[in-house]
Amino acid sequence: MSGRYFALGVALVALATLPYWMAGIYYINVASQILFYAIFALGLNVLVGYAGLVSLGHAGLFGVTAYATGYMLQLGFGHPIAILVALVVSMFAMAIYAALSLRSTGIGFIMITLALGEILWGLAYRWISLTGGDNGLSLQTRPEPFGYTLSDANAFYYATLVVFLLSIAALTVFVRSPLGAALKGTRDQPRRMNALGYHVWAIRFIACLFSGLLTAVSAILFVYYTQFISPQTLSLTSSAEVLLMVISGGAGTLLGPIFGAGLVVVVKTVVSGFIERWNFLLGAIFVAIVILMPEGLVPGTVRLWKMAWRKREPAAATISGGAEAKP
Amino acid sequence: MSALTITGLCKSFGGLHVTSNVSLNVEPGERRLIIGPNGAGKTTLFNLITGELTPDSGSIQLFEQDITHVPSRRRAHLGMARTYQIITLFARDTIIHNVTLALLGLSPSRWNPMIDLKRQGHFVEHAKKALERVGLGHIANRPLAQTSYGERRRVEIAMALTQNPKVLLLDEPFAGLSIDERRDVQQLLLAIPRDVTIVMIEHNMDVALQFAERITLLHFGEVILEGNRAEVVADPRTREVYLGH
Repeated sequence: MSGRYFALGVALVALATLPYWMAGIYYINVASQILFYAIFALGLNVLVGYAGLVSLGHAGLFGVTAYATGYMLQLGFGHPIAILVALVVSMFAMAIYAALSLRSTGIGFIMITLALGEILWGLAYRWISLTGGDNGLSLQTRPEPFGYTLSDANAFYYATLVVFLLSIAALTVFVRSPLGAALKGTRDQPRRMNALGYHVWAIRFIACLFSGLLTAVSAILFVYYTQFISPQTLSLTSSAEVLLMVISGGAGTLLGPIFGAGLVVVVKTVVSGFIERWNFLLGAIFVAIVILMPEGLVPGTVRLWKMAWRKREPAAATISGGAEAKP
Repeated sequence: MSALTITGLCKSFGGLHVTSNVSLNVEPGERRLIIGPNGAGKTTLFNLITGELTPDSGSIQLFEQDITHVPSRRRAHLGMARTYQIITLFARDTIIHNVTLALLGLSPSRWNPMIDLKRQGHFVEHAKKALERVGLGHIANRPLAQTSYGERRRVEIAMALTQNPKVLLLDEPFAGLSIDERRDVQQLLLAIPRDVTIVMIEHNMDVALQFAERITLLHFGEVILEGNRAEVVADPRTREVYLGH
């Protein structure tokens, strides 16, 4: 247990001091991307991992928030108003998305979310007066919370880090709460949960809203990071990419989606500079993960680690007399 | 006042009348056994009573309150609990977490997204007590995946009992148990106080007959016979339905 807290402390210090030891602005920007994509993946993980509902349309919701922010800014509103309106619009969009897709579970849920995501993509592409169509929307400035300008890479990184830490804290609390336990219950035995007195639909609906909130938060960070939004962001490929982050890292774990986001972003941005066929590499990595650790990178590594310890334990036990074999 | 009153209940799946015009009256504190060959519609009747299925016609009353159109989850809050023929538990979690979920189901704090469930002392205590009642207190923190079939049966019963039901529906609680396990479960059921009304489906006649006071015989979705233990056992129709001669 203390080992876990130690690792967590080291990770926090590493994240907090990242701009001081990371080689150059480019990599600090990569770190920012990993963090906001991690929030996106954590949001999707609420549904995929904890509710057992696989959504293939989350990029559509992500896009709604990004476009809402961009559009509000284009109308001349300030950043706080734009962000607030974007969040409200996103929650409405998520409520509709959830009400439609929660009519089903399993494959049905996947197909409905896929269709809804495609509809949102189509709207972004065709509703030119609102979205600028293929040209997308550009954002002129980044916000300046408390007079602290985010146009600088380091400042943006720290703002993203704060939001990231808040998001993961919120998710940690939720997962351990009664409602979190109820959500996991509806994933494993919906029928039994219903018979025990739980409102399965309402629990899933709340989970969708929470997932939508994290998605919206990450989308706001994204749109301020790139200062640009186009229909490409809402495509099925984007939805699939986040889903791969969740699944490759480990669905239903707190750390898995973060590592998944790290993997995808690093291969996409950094490795793609060295290897032209980075898509092929990413595919190969996923295949390897599925074969070696079908439960995902984080739970898979934990499993292998435990197996390695168990193998060493009998040996250690005979040497130390058996008592203090555990670390 | 009756604990459970069923009047003219019908349910068809396509052209198949699984429950046809079933009427039942169970008194408070009664131990009722429902028997019948495979496909007689026993589990369907349970699913109608608990609200997992909606009847085509007829009504169901729980302590004089009409619950025919009350959703399944509300019936749990009104004092109805059930166990499943096919064990339906949370396999990834510990035994105590399973029971805690049952407790939480009737508590308003099931909607709370802020508190740490593991630190809610009263839930933990209650769940522990329920597990001690079924003789599983010593392995409360064991993952469900590492328990035997008989232990899982008892977890099911503990979950139902911890909700303090007024009416408890047991769907084949002895199915698949060894002789020893059967005896354990039987003692467990005999120890349930009389303020709980029990309706039980069971095939295993020797254990079930000892337990039941009144018996209802279902065949092709219809009530063929109802009476006390001696009457039903002695009736030639029981032999006919069960043994075919």
